[in-house]
Amino acid sequence: MKLMDNIKGGLDKISIDTLKSRAAAIKDAVPKPSPKKKEEKKDNKEKTEAIPEGSIKCPSCSNIIEKKELGALKICPKCAKLFRMNAKDRIKAIADEGSFVEMDINMEAANPLNFPDYSAKIKGLQEKTGLKDAVKTGTCTINGYRCVIGVMDSGFMMGSMGSVVGEKLTRVFEYGTEHKLPVIIFTCSGGARMQEGIVSLMQMAKVSAAAAKHSEAGQLYVTVLTDPTTGGVTASFAMLGDIILAEPKTLIGFAGRRVIEQTIKQKLPDEFQTSEFLLEHGFVDAIVERERLPQILSTILKLHGCKKEVED
Amino acid sequence: MPAYDNVKIARKSSRPTALDYIDHIFEDFIELHGDRGFRDDKAVVGGIASLNGIPITVIGIQKGKTMEENIERNFGQPHPEGYRKALRLMEQAEKFHRPIINLINTSGAYPGLGAEERGQGEAIAKNLMVMANLKVPTISIIIGEGGSGGALALAVSDRVWMLENSVYAVLSPEGFASILWKDAKRAKEAADLMKITANDLLELGVIEKVIKEVDGGCQNDFGFTANLMKAKLETELEILMAKDTDTLLKERYDRFRAFGEFTE
Repeated sequence: MKLMDNIKGGLDKISIDTLKSRAAAIKDAVPKPSPKKKEEKKDNKEKTEAIPEGSIKCPSCSNIIEKKELGALKICPKCAKLFRMNAKDRIKAIADEGSFVEMDINMEAANPLNFPDYSAKIKGLQEKTGLKDAVKTGTCTINGYRCVIGVMDSGFMMGSMGSVVGEKLTRVFEYGTEHKLPVIIFTCSGGARMQEGIVSLMQMAKVSAAAAKHSEAGQLYVTVLTDPTTGGVTASFAMLGDIILAEPKTLIGFAGRRVIEQTIKQKLPDEFQTSEFLLEHGFVDAIVERERLPQILSTILKLHGCKKEVED
Repeated sequence: MPAYDNVKIARKSSRPTALDYIDHIFEDFIELHGDRGFRDDKAVVGGIASLNGIPITVIGIQKGKTMEENIERNFGQPHPEGYRKALRLMEQAEKFHRPIINLINTSGAYPGLGAEERGQGEAIAKNLMVMANLKVPTISIIIGEGGSGGALALAVSDRVWMLENSVYAVLSPEGFASILWKDAKRAKEAADLMKITANDLLELGVIEKVIKEVDGGCQNDFGFTANLMKAKLETELEILMAKDTDTLLKERYDRFRAFGEFTE
Protein backbone atom coordinates (compact mmCIF):
# COMPACT_ATOMS: atom_id res chain seq x y z
CA MET A 1 0.00 0.00 0.00
CA LYS A 2 2.93 2.27 0.70
CA LEU A 3 4.02 1.94 -2.90
CA MET A 4 0.55 2.77 -4.08
CA ASP A 5 0.47 5.85 -1.93
CA ASN A 6 3.81 6.91 -3.24
CA ILE A 7 2.79 6.69 -6.83
CA LYS A 8 2.03 9.96 -8.35
CA GLY A 9 -1.65 10.43 -8.34
CA GLY A 10 -4.10 9.62 -10.99
CA LEU A 11 -2.51 11.74 -13.58
CA ASP A 12 0.48 9.74 -14.50
CA LYS A 13 0.27 9.34 -18.19
CA ILE A 14 0.82 6.18 -20.02
CA SER A 15 3.26 5.20 -22.67
CA ILE A 16 2.05 5.27 -26.22
CA ASP A 17 3.43 2.00 -27.44
CA THR A 18 1.29 -0.92 -26.47
CA LEU A 19 -1.03 -1.70 -23.65
CA LYS A 20 1.62 -3.89 -22.21
CA SER A 21 4.19 -1.16 -22.11
CA ARG A 22 1.61 1.26 -20.79
CA ALA A 23 0.99 -1.05 -17.93
CA ALA A 24 4.65 -1.64 -17.29
CA ALA A 25 5.29 2.06 -17.45
CA ILE A 26 2.67 2.92 -14.93
CA LYS A 27 3.71 0.10 -12.69
CA ASP A 28 7.05 1.84 -12.49
CA ALA A 29 5.47 5.20 -12.07
CA VAL A 30 6.99 5.91 -8.71
CA PRO A 31 8.36 9.42 -8.88
CA LYS A 32 11.04 8.65 -6.38
CA PRO A 33 13.15 6.78 -5.64
CA SER A 34 15.04 6.12 -8.82
CA PRO A 35 16.50 2.61 -9.09
CA LYS A 36 19.69 3.71 -7.43
CA LYS A 37 17.82 5.29 -4.59
CA LYS A 38 15.67 2.22 -4.28
CA GLU A 39 18.74 0.25 -3.40
CA GLU A 40 19.70 2.83 -0.86
CA LYS A 41 16.29 2.50 0.66
CA LYS A 42 16.71 -1.22 0.91
CA ASP A 43 20.02 -0.63 2.67
CA ASN A 44 18.24 1.63 5.08
CA LYS A 45 15.79 -1.08 5.85
CA GLU A 46 18.45 -3.65 6.49
CA LYS A 47 20.27 -1.34 8.84
CA THR A 48 17.13 -0.22 10.60
CA GLU A 49 18.08 -2.16 13.70
CA ALA A 50 21.37 -0.32 13.92
CA ILE A 51 19.60 3.04 14.23
CA PRO A 52 18.86 3.80 17.88
CA GLU A 53 15.28 4.52 18.86
CA GLY A 54 14.39 8.15 18.56
CA SER A 55 16.98 8.59 15.83
CA ILE A 56 16.73 8.68 12.07
CA LYS A 57 19.15 8.25 9.20
CA CYS A 58 19.20 11.27 6.92
CA PRO A 59 18.48 10.01 3.41
CA SER A 60 20.65 12.79 2.03
CA CYS A 61 23.88 12.73 4.10
CA SER A 62 23.37 9.30 5.74
CA ASN A 63 24.22 10.62 9.19
CA ILE A 64 22.31 9.16 12.11
CA ILE A 65 20.48 12.02 13.74
CA GLU A 66 18.40 12.20 16.87
CA LYS A 67 14.90 13.15 15.80
CA LYS A 68 14.76 16.08 18.20
CA GLU A 69 17.90 17.47 16.55
CA LEU A 70 15.77 18.10 13.44
CA GLY A 71 14.01 20.82 15.39
CA ALA A 72 10.61 22.36 14.77
CA LEU A 73 11.39 22.93 11.09
CA LYS A 74 12.53 19.34 10.48
CA ILE A 75 15.87 20.22 8.95
CA CYS A 76 18.89 17.91 9.05
CA PRO A 77 21.51 19.64 11.24
CA LYS A 78 24.35 18.07 9.24
CA CYS A 79 23.35 18.71 5.62
CA ALA A 80 20.28 21.00 5.83
CA LYS A 81 18.05 18.49 4.03
CA LEU A 82 14.39 19.35 4.51
CA PHE A 83 12.41 16.50 5.99
CA ARG A 84 8.70 16.43 5.20
CA MET A 85 6.59 18.31 7.73
CA ASN A 86 3.17 17.14 8.78
CA ALA A 87 0.31 19.63 8.65
CA LYS A 88 0.31 20.21 12.40
CA ASP A 89 4.02 21.05 12.57
CA ARG A 90 3.75 23.18 9.45
CA ILE A 91 0.93 25.27 10.86
CA LYS A 92 2.87 25.68 14.08
CA ALA A 93 5.86 26.91 12.11
CA ILE A 94 3.88 29.36 9.95
CA ALA A 95 0.94 30.72 11.94
CA ASP A 96 1.25 33.11 14.85
CA GLU A 97 0.94 31.23 18.11
CA GLY A 98 -2.67 30.54 18.98
CA SER A 99 -4.01 32.22 15.84
CA PHE A 100 -4.98 29.12 13.85
CA VAL A 101 -8.70 28.35 13.95
CA GLU A 102 -9.36 25.11 12.15
CA MET A 103 -12.32 24.74 9.77
CA ASP A 104 -14.27 21.59 8.92
CA ILE A 105 -12.58 19.57 11.65
CA ASN A 106 -14.91 16.61 11.37
CA MET A 107 -15.11 16.14 7.62
CA GLU A 108 -14.41 12.53 6.64
CA ALA A 109 -14.27 10.57 3.41
CA ALA A 110 -17.27 8.56 2.27
CA ASN A 111 -16.82 5.88 -0.35
CA PRO A 112 -18.35 7.19 -3.59
CA LEU A 113 -17.42 4.17 -5.71
CA ASN A 114 -18.00 1.64 -2.91
CA PHE A 115 -14.39 0.73 -3.40
CA PRO A 116 -13.35 -2.44 -1.54
CA ASP A 117 -11.37 -1.82 1.68
CA TYR A 118 -11.28 1.97 1.19
CA SER A 119 -13.31 2.81 4.28
CA ALA A 120 -11.21 0.47 6.43
CA LYS A 121 -8.01 2.01 5.10
CA ILE A 122 -9.25 5.50 5.94
CA LYS A 123 -10.17 4.40 9.42
CA GLY A 124 -6.79 2.79 10.01
CA LEU A 125 -4.96 5.90 8.89
CA GLN A 126 -7.12 8.16 11.00
CA GLU A 127 -6.17 6.14 14.06
CA LYS A 128 -2.51 6.07 13.10
CA THR A 129 -2.11 9.75 12.18
CA GLY A 130 -4.72 11.56 14.24
CA LEU A 131 -5.83 13.23 11.01
CA LYS A 132 -9.27 12.88 9.43
CA ASP A 133 -7.89 13.21 5.91
CA ALA A 134 -4.98 14.70 3.96
CA VAL A 135 -5.48 18.43 4.53
CA LYS A 136 -5.94 20.82 7.45
CA THR A 137 -7.63 24.14 6.73
CA GLY A 138 -8.48 27.23 8.73
CA THR A 139 -7.78 30.88 9.33
CA CYS A 140 -4.70 32.27 11.01
CA THR A 141 -2.39 35.26 11.14
CA ILE A 142 1.20 35.23 9.88
CA ASN A 143 3.24 37.93 11.63
CA GLY A 144 -0.08 39.62 12.27
CA TYR A 145 -1.56 39.37 8.76
CA ARG A 146 -4.78 37.39 8.44
CA CYS A 147 -5.30 34.73 5.77
CA VAL A 148 -7.11 31.49 5.03
CA ILE A 149 -4.72 28.57 4.93
CA GLY A 150 -4.74 24.99 3.69
CA VAL A 151 -1.91 22.61 4.54
CA MET A 152 -1.71 19.19 2.94
CA ASP A 153 -0.22 16.25 4.82
CA SER A 154 1.71 13.54 3.02
CA GLY A 155 1.30 11.24 6.00
CA PHE A 156 -2.29 10.55 4.99
CA MET A 157 -2.43 8.48 1.78
CA MET A 158 0.42 10.54 0.37
CA GLY A 159 -1.67 13.69 0.56
CA SER A 160 -3.89 12.37 -2.21
CA MET A 161 -6.92 14.42 -3.19
CA GLY A 162 -10.33 12.82 -2.81
CA SER A 163 -13.64 14.43 -1.90
CA VAL A 164 -12.51 15.67 1.51
CA VAL A 165 -9.38 17.43 0.28
CA GLY A 166 -11.34 18.86 -2.65
CA GLU A 167 -14.23 20.06 -0.50
CA LYS A 168 -12.10 21.57 2.25
CA LEU A 169 -9.91 23.48 -0.20
CA THR A 170 -12.98 24.66 -2.12
CA ARG A 171 -14.34 26.02 1.15
CA VAL A 172 -11.02 27.74 1.82
CA PHE A 173 -11.42 29.68 -1.43
CA GLU A 174 -15.10 30.36 -0.83
CA TYR A 175 -14.34 31.64 2.65
CA GLY A 176 -11.57 33.83 1.25
CA THR A 177 -13.91 35.21 -1.40
CA GLU A 178 -16.70 35.89 1.07
CA HIS A 179 -14.48 37.50 3.72
CA LYS A 180 -12.08 39.19 1.27
CA LEU A 181 -9.10 37.28 2.61
CA PRO A 182 -6.00 35.98 0.85
CA VAL A 183 -5.55 32.23 0.53
CA ILE A 184 -2.29 30.39 1.15
CA ILE A 185 -2.04 26.70 0.32
CA PHE A 186 0.90 24.45 1.15
CA THR A 187 0.74 21.65 -1.41
CA CYS A 188 2.08 18.20 -0.64
CA SER A 189 0.43 15.44 -2.60
CA GLY A 190 0.85 12.47 -4.87
CA GLY A 191 -2.19 13.62 -6.86
CA ALA A 192 -5.69 12.27 -7.24
CA ARG A 193 -6.91 9.56 -4.88
CA MET A 194 -7.37 6.37 -6.87
CA GLN A 195 -10.03 4.88 -4.60
CA GLU A 196 -12.43 7.71 -5.42
CA GLY A 197 -11.80 7.39 -9.15
CA ILE A 198 -13.55 9.94 -11.34
CA VAL A 199 -14.86 11.75 -8.25
CA SER A 200 -11.24 12.61 -7.41
CA LEU A 201 -10.71 13.92 -10.91
CA MET A 202 -13.73 16.17 -10.51
CA GLN A 203 -12.18 17.70 -7.38
CA MET A 204 -9.53 19.26 -9.62
CA ALA A 205 -12.23 21.13 -11.50
CA LYS A 206 -14.14 21.99 -8.33
CA VAL A 207 -11.18 23.53 -6.49
CA SER A 208 -9.99 25.34 -9.64
CA ALA A 209 -13.44 26.84 -10.17
CA ALA A 210 -13.46 28.11 -6.58
CA ALA A 211 -9.94 29.52 -7.07
CA ALA A 212 -11.20 31.27 -10.21
CA LYS A 213 -14.00 32.97 -8.25
CA HIS A 214 -11.57 34.05 -5.56
CA SER A 215 -9.31 35.47 -8.24
CA GLU A 216 -12.17 37.24 -10.03
CA ALA A 217 -12.98 38.88 -6.71
CA GLY A 218 -9.50 40.39 -6.78
CA GLN A 219 -8.15 38.35 -3.91
CA LEU A 220 -4.61 37.06 -3.53
CA TYR A 221 -3.71 33.38 -3.73
CA VAL A 222 -0.24 32.12 -2.86
CA THR A 223 0.86 28.52 -3.23
CA VAL A 224 3.84 27.05 -1.45
CA LEU A 225 4.94 23.86 -3.20
CA THR A 226 6.47 21.34 -0.83
CA ASP A 227 7.82 17.85 -1.40
CA PRO A 228 6.15 16.17 -3.24
CA THR A 229 3.68 18.08 -5.41
CA THR A 230 2.64 15.93 -8.34
CA GLY A 231 -0.13 14.65 -10.61
CA GLY A 232 -3.59 16.12 -10.31
CA VAL A 233 -2.60 18.61 -7.63
CA THR A 234 0.11 20.06 -9.88
CA ALA A 235 -2.41 20.08 -12.73
CA SER A 236 -4.88 22.14 -10.71
CA PHE A 237 -4.62 24.47 -7.70
CA ALA A 238 -0.85 24.10 -7.12
CA MET A 239 -0.13 25.92 -10.37
CA LEU A 240 -2.86 28.54 -10.03
CA GLY A 241 -1.32 30.84 -7.43
CA ASP A 242 -0.85 34.52 -8.22
CA ILE A 243 2.50 33.87 -6.61
CA ILE A 244 4.00 30.38 -6.56
CA LEU A 245 6.73 29.67 -4.02
CA ALA A 246 8.58 26.41 -3.54
CA GLU A 247 10.85 24.93 -0.93
CA PRO A 248 14.35 23.99 -2.13
CA LYS A 249 14.91 20.57 -3.73
CA THR A 250 11.21 19.77 -3.85
CA LEU A 251 9.78 17.21 -6.26
CA ILE A 252 7.25 19.03 -8.44
CA GLY A 253 5.82 17.59 -11.63
CA PHE A 254 2.86 16.29 -13.52
CA ALA A 255 3.76 12.86 -14.90
CA GLY A 256 5.90 10.36 -12.99
CA ARG A 257 9.62 10.15 -13.73
CA ARG A 258 9.47 6.45 -14.57
CA VAL A 259 6.50 6.88 -16.88
CA ILE A 260 8.38 9.57 -18.75
CA GLU A 261 11.55 7.47 -18.93
CA GLN A 262 9.52 4.58 -20.34
CA THR A 263 7.88 6.85 -22.87
CA ILE A 264 10.92 8.69 -24.16
CA LYS A 265 13.29 5.75 -23.64
CA GLN A 266 16.01 7.79 -22.00
CA LYS A 267 17.22 8.57 -18.50
CA LEU A 268 16.21 11.89 -17.05
CA PRO A 269 18.68 14.18 -15.30
CA ASP A 270 18.68 14.21 -11.48
CA GLU A 271 17.46 17.79 -11.26
CA PHE A 272 14.41 17.00 -13.45
CA GLN A 273 11.14 18.02 -11.74
CA THR A 274 12.84 19.73 -8.81
CA SER A 275 11.87 23.21 -7.63
CA GLU A 276 15.14 24.47 -9.15
CA PHE A 277 14.12 22.93 -12.51
CA LEU A 278 10.72 24.63 -12.36
CA LEU A 279 12.29 27.96 -11.42
CA GLU A 280 14.64 27.67 -14.38
CA HIS A 281 11.74 26.92 -16.74
CA GLY A 282 9.60 29.73 -15.41
CA PHE A 283 6.93 27.88 -13.44
CA VAL A 284 7.90 28.97 -9.93
CA ASP A 285 8.26 32.58 -8.77
CA ALA A 286 10.82 31.96 -6.05
CA ILE A 287 12.47 29.25 -4.01
CA VAL A 288 12.28 30.10 -0.34
CA GLU A 289 14.21 28.49 2.51
CA ARG A 290 11.89 26.95 5.07
CA GLU A 291 12.99 29.26 7.89
CA ARG A 292 12.24 32.35 5.78
CA LEU A 293 8.69 31.36 4.79
CA PRO A 294 6.77 33.24 7.55
CA GLN A 295 8.66 36.44 6.79
CA ILE A 296 8.26 36.17 3.00
CA LEU A 297 4.59 35.23 3.25
CA SER A 298 3.78 38.07 5.63
CA THR A 299 5.65 40.52 3.39
CA ILE A 300 3.64 39.33 0.39
CA LEU A 301 0.42 39.79 2.39
CA LYS A 302 1.54 43.28 3.43
CA LEU A 303 2.34 44.26 -0.16
CA HIS A 304 -1.17 43.21 -1.19
CA GLY A 305 -2.81 45.63 1.17
CA CYS A 306 -3.58 43.27 4.03
CA LYS A 307 -3.93 45.09 7.32
CA LYS A 308 -1.81 44.03 10.25
CA GLU A 309 -4.08 42.91 13.07
CA VAL A 310 -1.52 42.58 15.81
CA GLU A 311 1.17 45.21 16.27
CA ASP A 312 4.63 44.07 17.29
CA MET B 1 -21.11 -6.20 -20.80
CA PRO B 2 -17.87 -5.86 -18.82
CA ALA B 3 -16.54 -2.29 -18.65
CA TYR B 4 -13.29 -3.37 -20.25
CA ASP B 5 -15.16 -4.15 -23.51
CA ASN B 6 -15.95 -0.42 -23.69
CA VAL B 7 -12.27 0.32 -23.19
CA LYS B 8 -11.42 -1.91 -26.15
CA ILE B 9 -14.03 -0.27 -28.37
CA ALA B 10 -12.99 3.22 -27.24
CA ARG B 11 -9.39 2.45 -28.24
CA LYS B 12 -10.15 0.86 -31.63
CA SER B 13 -7.96 2.38 -34.33
CA SER B 14 -11.00 2.52 -36.64
CA ARG B 15 -12.97 4.61 -34.15
CA PRO B 16 -14.12 7.91 -35.71
CA THR B 17 -11.91 10.84 -34.69
CA ALA B 18 -12.61 14.44 -33.76
CA LEU B 19 -12.03 15.59 -37.36
CA ASP B 20 -14.54 12.98 -38.63
CA TYR B 21 -17.24 14.54 -36.45
CA ILE B 22 -16.17 18.07 -37.31
CA ASP B 23 -16.47 17.29 -41.04
CA HIS B 24 -19.85 15.63 -40.64
CA ILE B 25 -21.57 18.00 -38.22
CA PHE B 26 -20.33 21.52 -38.97
CA GLU B 27 -20.16 23.71 -42.06
CA ASP B 28 -17.47 26.20 -43.05
CA PHE B 29 -14.84 24.76 -40.72
CA ILE B 30 -11.62 26.76 -40.80
CA GLU B 31 -8.81 25.23 -38.79
CA LEU B 32 -6.77 27.65 -36.69
CA HIS B 33 -3.29 26.63 -35.64
CA GLY B 34 -0.79 27.28 -32.90
CA ASP B 35 -0.62 28.50 -29.32
CA ARG B 36 1.16 31.78 -30.25
CA GLY B 37 3.92 30.83 -27.86
CA PHE B 38 5.81 27.74 -28.87
CA ARG B 39 4.36 25.70 -31.77
CA ASP B 40 1.32 24.03 -33.26
CA ASP B 41 0.47 20.82 -31.41
CA LYS B 42 -1.14 18.47 -33.91
CA ALA B 43 -2.69 16.35 -31.17
CA VAL B 44 -5.17 19.19 -30.75
CA VAL B 45 -7.24 20.56 -33.62
CA GLY B 46 -9.52 23.54 -33.46
CA GLY B 47 -11.13 26.31 -35.35
CA ILE B 48 -14.27 28.16 -36.26
CA ALA B 49 -17.30 26.73 -38.04
CA SER B 50 -21.05 26.95 -38.04
CA LEU B 51 -23.71 24.64 -36.75
CA ASN B 52 -26.83 25.31 -38.82
CA GLY B 53 -25.80 28.91 -39.27
CA ILE B 54 -24.69 29.53 -35.69
CA PRO B 55 -20.98 30.42 -35.50
CA ILE B 56 -19.19 28.18 -33.01
CA THR B 57 -15.67 27.28 -31.95
CA VAL B 58 -14.88 23.59 -32.09
CA ILE B 59 -11.82 21.96 -30.55
CA GLY B 60 -10.86 18.29 -30.63
CA ILE B 61 -8.13 16.04 -29.36
CA GLN B 62 -7.15 14.19 -32.50
CA LYS B 63 -5.94 10.59 -32.72
CA GLY B 64 -4.81 8.99 -35.95
CA LYS B 65 -6.22 5.86 -37.56
CA THR B 66 -2.94 4.68 -39.05
CA MET B 67 0.52 4.50 -37.53
CA GLU B 68 1.62 7.38 -39.74
CA GLU B 69 -1.28 9.56 -38.63
CA ASN B 70 -0.74 8.59 -35.04
CA ILE B 71 2.88 9.66 -35.15
CA GLU B 72 1.78 13.00 -36.59
CA ARG B 73 -0.90 13.34 -33.90
CA ASN B 74 1.32 12.01 -31.10
CA PHE B 75 -1.32 9.28 -30.52
CA GLY B 76 -3.74 11.95 -29.34
CA GLN B 77 -1.57 12.90 -26.36
CA PRO B 78 -1.31 16.70 -26.22
CA HIS B 79 1.69 18.70 -25.03
CA PRO B 80 1.20 21.88 -22.98
CA GLU B 81 1.09 23.94 -26.19
CA GLY B 82 -1.89 21.85 -27.31
CA TYR B 83 -3.80 22.84 -24.18
CA ARG B 84 -2.62 26.42 -24.65
CA LYS B 85 -3.87 26.41 -28.26
CA ALA B 86 -7.22 25.20 -26.98
CA LEU B 87 -7.20 27.93 -24.35
CA ARG B 88 -6.41 30.57 -26.95
CA LEU B 89 -9.30 29.41 -29.15
CA MET B 90 -11.68 29.28 -26.20
CA GLU B 91 -10.79 32.82 -25.14
CA GLN B 92 -11.20 33.92 -28.74
CA ALA B 93 -14.65 32.31 -28.77
CA GLU B 94 -15.54 34.18 -25.60
CA LYS B 95 -14.52 37.50 -27.18
CA PHE B 96 -16.78 36.88 -30.18
CA HIS B 97 -19.62 35.32 -28.16
CA ARG B 98 -19.36 31.94 -29.85
CA PRO B 99 -20.39 28.75 -28.06
CA ILE B 100 -17.61 26.19 -27.67
CA ILE B 101 -17.82 22.48 -28.48
CA ASN B 102 -14.94 20.24 -27.35
CA LEU B 103 -14.51 16.70 -28.67
CA ILE B 104 -12.27 14.67 -26.37
CA ASN B 105 -10.34 11.54 -27.24
CA THR B 106 -7.05 11.04 -25.40
CA SER B 107 -5.41 8.40 -23.25
CA GLY B 108 -3.95 11.40 -21.41
CA ALA B 109 -1.64 14.39 -21.58
CA TYR B 110 1.76 13.40 -22.97
CA PRO B 111 4.30 12.34 -20.32
CA GLY B 112 7.54 13.65 -21.79
CA LEU B 113 10.58 15.74 -20.98
CA GLY B 114 9.54 18.75 -23.06
CA ALA B 115 5.99 18.51 -21.77
CA GLU B 116 7.25 18.83 -18.19
CA GLU B 117 9.74 21.57 -19.08
CA ARG B 118 6.96 23.58 -20.66
CA GLY B 119 4.58 23.06 -17.75
CA GLN B 120 2.07 20.33 -18.53
CA GLY B 121 0.59 20.74 -15.05
CA GLU B 122 0.31 24.50 -15.39
CA ALA B 123 -1.27 24.25 -18.84
CA ILE B 124 -3.99 21.88 -17.63
CA ALA B 125 -4.56 23.86 -14.43
CA LYS B 126 -4.98 27.10 -16.35
CA ASN B 127 -7.59 25.54 -18.62
CA LEU B 128 -9.60 24.30 -15.64
CA MET B 129 -9.59 27.75 -14.11
CA VAL B 130 -10.40 29.66 -17.30
CA MET B 131 -13.06 27.23 -18.49
CA ALA B 132 -14.86 27.60 -15.18
CA ASN B 133 -15.43 31.26 -16.02
CA LEU B 134 -15.92 31.40 -19.81
CA LYS B 135 -18.88 33.62 -20.54
CA VAL B 136 -20.16 31.50 -23.43
CA PRO B 137 -21.94 28.13 -23.50
CA THR B 138 -19.60 25.15 -23.49
CA ILE B 139 -20.33 21.51 -24.33
CA SER B 140 -17.73 18.74 -24.09
CA ILE B 141 -18.21 15.31 -25.59
CA ILE B 142 -15.96 12.35 -24.88
CA ILE B 143 -15.86 10.47 -28.16
CA GLY B 144 -13.30 7.79 -27.27
CA GLU B 145 -10.92 7.82 -24.33
CA GLY B 146 -11.28 10.44 -21.62
CA GLY B 147 -7.92 10.05 -19.93
CA SER B 148 -7.61 11.90 -16.64
CA GLY B 149 -6.42 15.52 -16.36
CA GLY B 150 -5.54 15.51 -20.04
CA ALA B 151 -9.25 15.09 -20.82
CA LEU B 152 -10.56 17.23 -17.97
CA ALA B 153 -8.52 20.14 -19.35
CA LEU B 154 -11.19 20.43 -22.07
CA ALA B 155 -14.16 19.28 -20.01
CA VAL B 156 -15.00 21.95 -17.42
CA SER B 157 -18.16 22.67 -19.38
CA ASP B 158 -21.86 23.40 -18.97
CA ARG B 159 -22.64 19.98 -20.39
CA VAL B 160 -20.44 16.92 -20.55
CA TRP B 161 -21.63 14.03 -22.71
CA MET B 162 -20.17 10.70 -23.70
CA LEU B 163 -20.59 8.39 -26.63
CA GLU B 164 -22.00 5.09 -25.45
CA ASN B 165 -18.73 3.17 -25.74
CA SER B 166 -16.36 5.89 -24.64
CA VAL B 167 -14.69 5.85 -21.23
CA TYR B 168 -13.71 8.61 -18.80
CA ALA B 169 -11.44 7.91 -15.86
CA VAL B 170 -8.86 9.17 -13.40
CA LEU B 171 -6.34 6.73 -14.88
CA SER B 172 -6.30 3.85 -17.39
CA PRO B 173 -7.53 0.54 -15.92
CA GLU B 174 -4.03 -0.87 -16.51
CA GLY B 175 -2.45 1.94 -14.54
CA PHE B 176 -5.06 1.70 -11.84
CA ALA B 177 -4.53 -2.06 -11.42
CA SER B 178 -0.76 -1.55 -11.35
CA ILE B 179 -1.00 1.03 -8.64
CA LEU B 180 -3.54 -0.65 -6.43
CA TRP B 181 -2.61 -4.30 -6.89
CA LYS B 182 0.78 -4.08 -8.60
CA ASP B 183 -0.68 -6.19 -11.39
CA ALA B 184 -1.64 -4.57 -14.68
CA LYS B 185 -3.21 -7.83 -15.81
CA ARG B 186 -6.10 -7.15 -13.47
CA ALA B 187 -7.15 -4.23 -15.68
CA LYS B 188 -10.51 -5.86 -16.46
CA GLU B 189 -11.34 -6.14 -12.79
CA ALA B 190 -10.20 -2.55 -12.26
CA ALA B 191 -12.37 -1.33 -15.12
CA ASP B 192 -15.45 -2.81 -13.45
CA LEU B 193 -14.68 -1.16 -10.10
CA MET B 194 -13.67 2.23 -11.46
CA LYS B 195 -17.02 3.31 -12.95
CA ILE B 196 -15.67 4.51 -16.27
CA THR B 197 -18.44 3.71 -18.72
CA ALA B 198 -20.87 6.27 -20.07
CA ASN B 199 -23.81 4.65 -18.30
CA ASP B 200 -21.99 4.43 -14.95
CA LEU B 201 -20.95 8.07 -15.18
CA LEU B 202 -24.46 9.14 -16.14
CA GLU B 203 -25.68 7.41 -12.99
CA LEU B 204 -22.97 9.11 -10.90
CA GLY B 205 -24.01 12.48 -12.33
CA VAL B 206 -20.61 13.14 -13.87
CA ILE B 207 -22.19 13.50 -17.33
CA GLU B 208 -25.61 14.59 -18.59
CA LYS B 209 -26.10 12.53 -21.72
CA VAL B 210 -25.09 9.30 -23.40
CA ILE B 211 -25.05 9.32 -27.18
CA LYS B 212 -25.97 5.96 -28.66
CA GLU B 213 -23.75 3.87 -30.88
CA VAL B 214 -24.75 0.83 -32.95
CA ASP B 215 -23.69 -2.64 -31.80
CA GLY B 216 -19.94 -3.05 -31.75
CA GLY B 217 -19.23 0.67 -31.83
CA CYS B 218 -19.83 3.81 -33.88
CA GLN B 219 -17.29 2.87 -36.53
CA ASN B 220 -19.94 0.39 -37.75
CA ASP B 221 -22.41 3.19 -38.49
CA PHE B 222 -20.74 6.54 -38.15
CA GLY B 223 -23.68 8.48 -39.63
CA PHE B 224 -26.04 7.15 -36.96
CA THR B 225 -23.96 8.48 -34.06
CA ALA B 226 -22.82 11.67 -35.80
CA ASN B 227 -26.41 12.60 -36.73
CA LEU B 228 -27.57 11.98 -33.18
CA MET B 229 -24.74 14.14 -31.89
CA LYS B 230 -25.64 16.93 -34.29
CA ALA B 231 -29.30 16.89 -33.30
CA LYS B 232 -28.46 16.93 -29.59
CA LEU B 233 -25.98 19.76 -30.04
CA GLU B 234 -28.56 21.86 -31.88
CA THR B 235 -31.17 21.36 -29.17
CA GLU B 236 -28.79 21.94 -26.29
CA LEU B 237 -27.10 24.99 -27.74
CA GLU B 238 -30.47 26.62 -28.14
CA ILE B 239 -31.17 26.01 -24.44
CA LEU B 240 -27.75 27.22 -23.28
CA MET B 241 -27.70 30.28 -25.54
CA ALA B 242 -31.02 31.43 -24.09
CA LYS B 243 -29.50 31.70 -20.60
CA ASP B 244 -28.07 34.98 -19.37
CA THR B 245 -24.37 34.90 -18.52
CA ASP B 246 -24.81 35.02 -14.74
CA THR B 247 -27.14 32.04 -14.79
CA LEU B 248 -24.85 30.13 -17.13
CA LEU B 249 -21.81 30.71 -14.91
CA LYS B 250 -23.65 29.98 -11.70
CA GLU B 251 -25.03 26.73 -13.07
CA ARG B 252 -21.59 25.70 -14.33
CA TYR B 253 -20.06 26.45 -10.92
CA ASP B 254 -22.78 24.51 -9.15
CA ARG B 255 -22.36 21.60 -11.56
CA PHE B 256 -18.75 21.04 -10.46
CA ARG B 257 -19.31 22.25 -6.89
CA ALA B 258 -21.60 19.29 -6.26
CA PHE B 259 -18.98 16.57 -6.88
CA GLY B 260 -17.72 14.73 -3.83
CA GLU B 261 -19.00 12.51 -1.07
CA PHE B 262 -18.11 13.03 2.56
CA THR B 263 -19.58 13.19 6.04
CA GLU B 264 -19.18 15.93 8.63
